[in-house]
Amino acid sequence: MKTVYVDNNATTRTAPEAVEAMLPYFSDLYGNPSSMHFFGGQVEKELKQARAKIAALIGAAPEEIVYTSCGTESDNTAIWATLRSYPEKRHVITTRVEHPAINNQVNYLRQSGFRVTEVGVDREGRLNMDHLRDAISEETAIISVMWANNETGVIFPVEEIAELAASHGVVFHTDAIQVVGKIPINLKETKIDLLSLSGHKLHAPKGIGVLYVRKGTKFKPFIVGGHQERGRRGGTENVPYIIGLGKAAELAMDSLPDEATRVKALRDRLEQGLLSAVPNSMVNGDREHRLPNTASISFEYVEGEAILIHLSNVGICASSGSACTSGSLEPSHVLRAMGVPFTAVHGSMRFSLSVYNTEEEIDYILEHVPKTIAKLRSISPFWKDGKPVESALLTGTVSCSVTPAGSAH
Amino acid sequence: MWDYTDKVKDFFENPRNVGEVGRIDGVGEVGSLACGDALRLTIQVDKSSGKIEDARFQTFGCASAIASSSALTEMIRGLTTEEALNISNKDIADYLGGLPKEKMHCSVLGREAMEAAIANYLGQAPKKEEGEIICECFGVTDRDIERVVMENDLTTLEEVTDYTKAGGGCGSCHEKIEALLYRIMAKRQKEAQAAETPPKKLTNLQKIKLIEETIEREIRPALKMDGGDIELVDVDGNHVMVTLKGTCSTCAASQFTLTEYVEQKLKEFVTDEIMVVEVKQ
Repeated sequence: MKTVYVDNNATTRTAPEAVEAMLPYFSDLYGNPSSMHFFGGQVEKELKQARAKIAALIGAAPEEIVYTSCGTESDNTAIWATLRSYPEKRHVITTRVEHPAINNQVNYLRQSGFRVTEVGVDREGRLNMDHLRDAISEETAIISVMWANNETGVIFPVEEIAELAASHGVVFHTDAIQVVGKIPINLKETKIDLLSLSGHKLHAPKGIGVLYVRKGTKFKPFIVGGHQERGRRGGTENVPYIIGLGKAAELAMDSLPDEATRVKALRDRLEQGLLSAVPNSMVNGDREHRLPNTASISFEYVEGEAILIHLSNVGICASSGSACTSGSLEPSHVLRAMGVPFTAVHGSMRFSLSVYNTEEEIDYILEHVPKTIAKLRSISPFWKDGKPVESALLTGTVSCSVTPAGSAH
Repeated sequence: MWDYTDKVKDFFENPRNVGEVGRIDGVGEVGSLACGDALRLTIQVDKSSGKIEDARFQTFGCASAIASSSALTEMIRGLTTEEALNISNKDIADYLGGLPKEKMHCSVLGREAMEAAIANYLGQAPKKEEGEIICECFGVTDRDIERVVMENDLTTLEEVTDYTKAGGGCGSCHEKIEALLYRIMAKRQKEAQAAETPPKKLTNLQKIKLIEETIEREIRPALKMDGGDIELVDVDGNHVMVTLKGTCSTCAASQFTLTEYVEQKLKEFVTDEIMVVEVKQ
């Protein structure tokens, strides 16, 4: 069975070039970069080069790069490092559609006595900027807003928010994990103070992340240990993975134009094809300000896990925001925050492409998804003779507060 | 990815008995679109034998929900309605070779649909309307939880959520569920102990003291919540004379309160032989 992988917002294939670049560091080049001898020194030199490549990808200076173990650690570090730097400030602003790495963290902060404001979004997934502006106070330590949403791909105006935060003397962090490598970023031209990225979202391996820390930003380390990362994150560097990330960053620089044109064209063709082939389907999110690789599509009156398994059986790997796939019993907190109706929220599917996807794969998906939806609708009590039917089962209990589901980042 | 058995996969990928029966004698509709799974079960019953001739389903839900629904229709075909009512959610899961614990609520959904369809066939009201809502998110009552806990020997909040969905939403009902769970477990423990040890003969004084304690601890607070009250008038052997007060004294369901609540509580905490007698003032 062939594999058609369109779940790249969950994780990406490690680029073969990155794997190749990493291999010597698992065998011959095993030195510790902190060592004073030549054997560690040669590794340190390579690490510096990798750091420069990663910095170049996001328009930062190499000394503004701090290696972490993953995106979640970067997110946690950004928040904690700031709160510990401003102990007198007890207010955090974020959004209702963040990844659990932020969302669950602010829930924890709330329970610990911090005041938390979660800014809402509209039906298109666009941020309520008035709400955000009104929420800022002298107590606000940090504003954390993701650059693009992992489920819908909707891009938020983070440069504008960073300016706003700076004008109030508030630190601004962005979870850019879905953005790095997909759209050009030049941090020098922004007022963003902290930015998280994750290796495995841009064809580097899992287990390596980065926190960008703008020069001059107050920062108390989250992981305290040795002098590594200029005292900002203790722990011996994960040398092979950093090398892999450096290579992946280099490849991403080269493939940015391809993301913006070819990948986007594939995504658009997939989206249009599905919308025209499947009645009662809809795109979730602002179609104008969106990542080029992401399509969040809801198929009404069917359930996402059932769709996923049928697709998986023919080799198609996607993801869903349905309750049954979320690890919680509630559907995607992102789609619910957007007010996507229950008729659609459980049948939401995310197709996220990469530079490795092809025209043939899109054709294959377009062949199988409509058949799958038709099959499941033929079983559904809400569908008859090619259209929705009224049913007492349409109504019923409505879930209460929005709770974060364990969506794939 | 869920670890589904081959039989679950088979019933999901090749569902049996999809649709509606030719002549709908009973229909059971459970779940809702908002909850993420909904099942409509229709049955056709042979009036002379009481046997279910045909059962068909329509399900909106995950692979487990579809497989459980389909399995259920296979299981109940050819059974009388009485025999079908003996099928538990565990039987449905076992028929499929098991379900992931997080998906056990799908088997419960199947059992509920079957009971609703049979109740509908018999012209009875659906059971779901009874009990106090514990989980607002998924509309689960204390009766629902108690039944599933008893039938499946559940002991943790997580298991209750897996089997009923209760507590799987906003989480504000967790304490309520745990309190209910402890009550049920304590009751079960007491029953088990009672089965093992013969009941101790209470002296009159011990019995009266126990009756007073039970009224004070178990019965009065519940009645007071609805604006009512109760007063112990006398005890004669196993006959307990009480007077209902406040809103309970004028309530149309006062007899039900006495026999189904007051008497049951006293039977539970004092002795099975208690009989409650109302004394009107």
